[in-house]
Amino acid sequence: MKYVLSFNLNGLPVDTLVKATDTLLDVLREKLNVVSPKRGCDNGDCGACTVLVNGEPVRACLTIGLTVAGKNVQTVEGLQQDGKLHPLQRAFHEHYAAQCGFCTPGMLIAAKALLDKNPKPTREQIVEGISGNLCRCGTYVEVVEAIQAVAAGKYKE
Amino acid sequence: MAEYVGQPVLRYDGIGHVTARTRYVDDIQLPGMLYIKVLTSPVHKGIIRHLDTSAAERMPGVAGVITAKDVPGKNAYGLIPDQPVFTPEHIRYKGERIAAVAAVDEDTAMEALEKIKLDIEEQEPVFDPFKAMEPGAPLVRPEGNVWEFNSGKTRKIRFGDVEKGFAEADVIVEGTYTTATNDHAPMEPQVSVAYIDETDRLAIYTVSQDLYFHLGMLTAIFNLPMNKIRYIGGTVGGGFGSKNDIHCDHVAGLMALKIRKPVKYRLTRREETAYTTKRGPWTFYFKDGVKKDGRIIARYVKTVHDTGGYAGMGPYVVDKNSILVAGPYAIPNVWVDGICVFTNKPPASSMRGFGIINGTAADQLQTARVAEAIGKDPWEVHFINAWREGDLGATQFKVEAAGLIEAMKRAAELAGIELPAHLKAMSSRGR
Amino acid sequence: MKKRGIGIAVGTHPAGLKGGGDPSQAQIRLKPDGTFDLLNGAVDIGQGCKTILRQLAADELDVPLENITHQNIDTDTGPMCTGTFASRVTFMDGNAVLAAAADLKKKIREWAAEYFECSPADVEVANNKVFVKGVPEKSLSMAEVGAMVNWGGKFLVGTGAYTPGPGQQFDPDTGKMTAIASLAFGCCVAEVEVDTETGVVDVLKLVQVFEVGKAMNRLLCKGQNNGGAMMGIGFGLTENVCPYYPTMDFAVQDLTDYVITTAADMPPVMVEDIVEVPHPNGPRGAKGYSEMTASLAGPAILNAIHNAIGVWVTDYPATPERILKALEAAHA
Repeated sequence: MKYVLSFNLNGLPVDTLVKATDTLLDVLREKLNVVSPKRGCDNGDCGACTVLVNGEPVRACLTIGLTVAGKNVQTVEGLQQDGKLHPLQRAFHEHYAAQCGFCTPGMLIAAKALLDKNPKPTREQIVEGISGNLCRCGTYVEVVEAIQAVAAGKYKE
Repeated sequence: MAEYVGQPVLRYDGIGHVTARTRYVDDIQLPGMLYIKVLTSPVHKGIIRHLDTSAAERMPGVAGVITAKDVPGKNAYGLIPDQPVFTPEHIRYKGERIAAVAAVDEDTAMEALEKIKLDIEEQEPVFDPFKAMEPGAPLVRPEGNVWEFNSGKTRKIRFGDVEKGFAEADVIVEGTYTTATNDHAPMEPQVSVAYIDETDRLAIYTVSQDLYFHLGMLTAIFNLPMNKIRYIGGTVGGGFGSKNDIHCDHVAGLMALKIRKPVKYRLTRREETAYTTKRGPWTFYFKDGVKKDGRIIARYVKTVHDTGGYAGMGPYVVDKNSILVAGPYAIPNVWVDGICVFTNKPPASSMRGFGIINGTAADQLQTARVAEAIGKDPWEVHFINAWREGDLGATQFKVEAAGLIEAMKRAAELAGIELPAHLKAMSSRGR
Repeated sequence: MKKRGIGIAVGTHPAGLKGGGDPSQAQIRLKPDGTFDLLNGAVDIGQGCKTILRQLAADELDVPLENITHQNIDTDTGPMCTGTFASRVTFMDGNAVLAAAADLKKKIREWAAEYFECSPADVEVANNKVFVKGVPEKSLSMAEVGAMVNWGGKFLVGTGAYTPGPGQQFDPDTGKMTAIASLAFGCCVAEVEVDTETGVVDVLKLVQVFEVGKAMNRLLCKGQNNGGAMMGIGFGLTENVCPYYPTMDFAVQDLTDYVITTAADMPPVMVEDIVEVPHPNGPRGAKGYSEMTASLAGPAILNAIHNAIGVWVTDYPATPERILKALEAAHA
């Protein structure tokens, strides 16, 4: 049995046929070929699949796909505006905050969720904001530095 | 004159990473792609008495089933090629591959696995490497549970005369240290996509860290020349040595060769944690002969490495550990006995540091204990014993471009530690 | 009670396979507009070889970095590389890239010698130009050379290979084995706070310095240094697949119970630096070292725990359970 799922993805309406058991990660990666959310653990541990649903960061692997019906879903594919990198993307690149790059989309989304709510976070708040995103290359120091730089206004348009 | 070396040039692939344009293997979807799941051993040790995959093969949605019988070449791989892709008979660890199913999706493939009839005669496993070395222990391997080096059951390093060193020492310091089984846990799990390409060749998207090293192994398994395999990779979501061993490419490749359709085989995090290679655990025993002035004049090390059910890179890791386990020190008398033992666990193999991280972990606690035993500051012991240019290591290599003293001086400075003048005056360029 | 301590650890790390015998190759092609394709077979697992190999090629060819692409996409096009392991790619592939660039320069000089009607020894390849030494009017831009070479029916490809030497076995009796491509060095200082009630360890500060021969890219080194520390902290304090080793009982199942270091577990103060003692055989003096960045934090932390509480924990990882047991044993 499949259901039609309609939602807004990075500002554009999409609809697709899904099973009731499909996670949002399955829907994005396997049905829509939106591959920035990464499948790292399927268990909510690693944060590599973090996306925004109505502005809130969620683990796509722990979110039933059908629950996003009618909602706004944002992924890294939607971060660039008018062909320009988002300040967080520029800061991550210039601070070497990506090594293998696999956790990077989830980190970027976690960072965006943090700054959207709290544009001037303390270092501790930044650390807390990304503490649910594992990076086995160990880029945490550089990720924190990149987010601090954005918060300090160094990457304004 | 271009001078990019030394400059903080931005990562070439950095834009790809921050825009998520970088393509990892699990991001690849091919039209008509089928999904593989693998039946693994539910027991730690045993013999397969009966295997019947016919019901799985007949299941709707299943495109193919493969077992050891479907390996056209050598059913063995690894640096020391002793591990079967699918075990035909003997099970040496829980999680060993027995059969694979390709189906329209992973759920269907999982259902098909349940239809495979498997009869295993369970045997008593052995997990403790020290028990595995005892006479009469259950045999993990028919040839015995201890790896045979070219020097016999121990990797022997003999440099100088340790007994003489102990006799001349003021203090003897002993210690036993263990390190645990570690998982690489790269954020990108193991995955492979295989298909038959437009030139009728086998093509594989791989997460391999070692394209040519693994290509060589795959040619043996598939019985194909190198130019009949297009091995596509080069971009990996973290490896740390886990992707120094093949985990999926052989299975995906064999399936694609058999059913001539695109397939994806990916491990779940749980499968990866339970079945793939690990950094094997170690036990180290150290005995040092030390002079009161801080000089370590004799170091005896006995190491026992638990390499699990197959060699993997275990013996290699023991070799590499033995070269440097005595530490970056000019010790005139060194004796190392390295032992590599099979147990009924997933094979241990390479992980960041190839045994050297484990040796360093042990030798650095031991060396701190040496300092404590003679009442010296640990810095003093490290500085006095540190290799200088031209010193010999335990395997008689000559130390070139020595730099430990310079690294220590800078670290002390950054840590706000004021070193005594006689240490600050030291240099790697001479003693 | 919370007790603070400081610990140090030092180490060394070789580049490449033990015993040598692990070659790498590289290929550089001159394109019709004077730009270049660099091809090799090394895999970028995040360490940054796609970045530094271009840096080396650009320096050796003396051309702008952006004029060089890098491809390592498959074994059809990528020349041989033993693999990305054992901290070997900077050293081995770096040398192979330098050799390929030198070979291409030689071929460009030979082509230009015919064109300029001089000896190849008089031709200089520098500053993205090809010219006769001391004769300013005999000069071509690399773009002109690329066009004339390729549209003139020639194909200039520089190839290079490097091996630290043939593979060497251990002597069975003495263990003699002298093939070591390079040795890097390091020192780590850890400051910890141990809660003697709970056994929990907080790493307050970590100072790491690595002697790397020559840093290809200081910020990539920084990433390795801080990243390795992350793994070293896990090695020292939390990571254990078989907590009841040697049994497999309660072996971890996933990242819920295999506890790797998170951003919140990182020391609030992280200090890293490098020192450079160039290696005679390394590309521009570089050594291989990145694996070692994970080796030192663990023992430095365990030594700091001893310094804090006065008892030795000799089994890695130093979990709260092990720390409390060691304290109990000491007070018994």
